[in-house]
Amino acid sequence: MKIILNNKEEEFVGDQFTVSELLQAKNFTFKMLVIKVNGHLVKKSEHNTAMVKDGDDVMVLHLISGG
Amino acid sequence: MTFEHIQQILKTKTVGIAGCGGLGSNCAVALARVGVGRLILADFDLVQEGNLNRQFYFYDQIGMLKVAALKQNLFRINPDVRVNTFDIRLCQSDIIEIYGKCDVIVEAFDKPEMKYLILDAVHNYMPDKYLVMGVGMAGWGDNNLIRSRQSDKLIICGDEINAIADECPPLAPRVGIVANMQANAVLEILLGSNEHQIHTEN
Repeated sequence: MKIILNNKEEEFVGDQFTVSELLQAKNFTFKMLVIKVNGHLVKKSEHNTAMVKDGDDVMVLHLISGG
Repeated sequence: MTFEHIQQILKTKTVGIAGCGGLGSNCAVALARVGVGRLILADFDLVQEGNLNRQFYFYDQIGMLKVAALKQNLFRINPDVRVNTFDIRLCQSDIIEIYGKCDVIVEAFDKPEMKYLILDAVHNYMPDKYLVMGVGMAGWGDNNLIRSRQSDKLIICGDEINAIADECPPLAPRVGIVANMQANAVLEILLGSNEHQIHTEN
């Protein structure tokens, strides 16, 4: 499947992933991650159930200290 | 668009600023200078000497509430700006109540947990609201790492890499760049994009 990940097109083997599987595949292991799939915020408790499919627009944002 | 026209539009607008540290104080100053009509400031902290390496406060304001000191400084720049201040540690219901009527909200918190709190509150309870966040501005150098990106009504400014650490403190130049980048994103939301810019060579 092809998805847009942080504004870049990326290709993965398989038809669909859970958000957790996608994070694992990309090795995103930070604590404070914000995930949006097609504009919808995916809560941490939903990472194992929310699906990412072909054509989806995914934003992964790592919240870090500083302000 | 002339500056008079810009001022006419901006004076009808309200911008919420959540946190009055390095990002919030510098962003508020930029927005007051260009003539945003009302700024809503929230911060629970006091001005400390260690803040002066990047935050828009003065040595003689040490010990003051940040929101009170910032209000003072904004009036010295633009006496027409209206400023509402809240000296509280924001929780989700405060965020919804205080910033519910803003045209745009600027996230200027220090801690990632607070950044998440406002992102979650805006997405769940105020989904039509623009939120401009600052993520990653500690250290120095690496000008070209600092950028912005957008997902619907969420705009992220910063390098998204450099967190604060003992060996990587927040300093005026990079914090100021990101704060002004946030203010610039606010203007783009309030005024629309500047199509004239690409024709300025004449």
